Amino acid sequence: MARITVTVNGADHTDEVEPRLLLAHYLRDKLRLTGTHIGCDTTNCGACTVLCDGLPVKSCTMFAVQADGREIITVEGLATGGQLQPIQQGFKEEHGLQCGFCTPGMMVAATALLERNPDPSEEEIRWALSGNVCRCTGYVNIVKAVRWAAQAMQEQAAPEEPATRQPATEQAATR
Amino acid sequence: MRDVGYLRVGDTAEALTAAARPGARLIAGGTELVNLLKERIEQPDLLVDISRLPLTDITVGPDGLHLGALARMSDVAAHPEVRSGYPAIAQALELSASPQLRNMATMGGNLMQRTRCPYFRADHDLPCNKRRPGSGCSAIDGDHRAAAIFGASESCVATHPSDLAVALVALDAQVRTTARTLPARDLHRLPGDQPHRDTVLDHGEMILGIDVPVSPPSAYLKVRERGSYEFALVSVAVAAETSGGVIRTARAALGGVAPKPWPLDVDLAGVPLRRDELRAAIAPAFAAARPLPGSEFKIELAQRAVVRALTKPIGLMGET
Repeated sequence: MARITVTVNGADHTDEVEPRLLLAHYLRDKLRLTGTHIGCDTTNCGACTVLCDGLPVKSCTMFAVQADGREIITVEGLATGGQLQPIQQGFKEEHGLQCGFCTPGMMVAATALLERNPDPSEEEIRWALSGNVCRCTGYVNIVKAVRWAAQAMQEQAAPEEPATRQPATEQAATR
Repeated sequence: MRDVGYLRVGDTAEALTAAARPGARLIAGGTELVNLLKERIEQPDLLVDISRLPLTDITVGPDGLHLGALARMSDVAAHPEVRSGYPAIAQALELSASPQLRNMATMGGNLMQRTRCPYFRADHDLPCNKRRPGSGCSAIDGDHRAAAIFGASESCVATHPSDLAVALVALDAQVRTTARTLPARDLHRLPGDQPHRDTVLDHGEMILGIDVPVSPPSAYLKVRERGSYEFALVSVAVAAETSGGVIRTARAALGGVAPKPWPLDVDLAGVPLRRDELRAAIAPAFAAARPLPGSEFKIELAQRAVVRALTKPIGLMGET
């Protein structure tokens, strides 16, 4: 057994774990954070994507011991104070899910993209999500959902002047 | 997955001592090793975690590029001076795996990854000399679309999957280990009758870094069955100086065609950058090709890829 301390969604957890325990199983079985899905268990599908020190990684392809001292964000860590994050709102508004199984991984991977690139093109979104598989093949609406979130975040970041607010496209042109 | 011990080491000396134990296996990003353990392809007794060692440097200087063994794929691919001075390396990395894996996987681990031959990876007991020495090769009479056309043996026709390794060979890089420095082109070995050994490294030997000399303009072209997150059917890395539409110097290496990155050993100096002349100049290198019926298409595909890599500028993702 190995002792690990991992920060998950802002809270520190110290546990004795078997070295062969996958991070995905640690999150789901030990911490009961079952939002992180295990789709393929073969590193292909991306349903298990979490952020490790801010970067998307596949938690089924990482031992919990490797996360010792790291900061993990799971899909449960996206919303704050009961408020949906723009990416979550975007998936809702644009119907970015059908069966919903891939959705946690998609939203986590998209969160990292928007952190790095607040105004991604469709191509950049598709590239950033290329490690996430949607078996319903709902990619068109997933891309729209990420675009929706990007736009909402830019509007949030813009100065609050509702009376004179410009459409997002004009904001982009004058930036 | 079988139970396994775990030791995180704090320095290289400690790593060497631990890695020398029988049954020990180094782990860095783990993106390959975790799967090898899950699939019971490898069953080490001890994982020696080297991921916290200070070997993550990415340094560009007048003598070239230096990459620590633990530099992450995503960090190297995004490095501005790697992208401008060594684009074949940035492209090879960016076209590898998926974003999640590139955020974990390291330079050393990428070179040490194992073949994607479906029989090596199969979750049931099929003959595979690389996985179970002496059991035979299922690919020769089976599914061998992805098989090698160069350097294979009667024991094994598997190809090496690393994109990075192909770029390093074209750029004449050196690999530094705890025991020696060797050219990147000599790191991987041909299967012969010992296909279970992928590289020339000894048990417990650890890659410390990669040194790449200052490079002429370079590019990496990967041909695969979908646009992202797939291994190469064939790939080519080129590093070439040209003037007035004529090659002055060029070095090229192929991926997806051999058990190791396959240097294209033809002299291209003086060859005009035109399809017909290039095809004629590289043809001798393909005389040694020994495909299986299902992999014969790679001979034509690889030659077209070389021509395209030399004649068409290849953009980095997001900069095309």
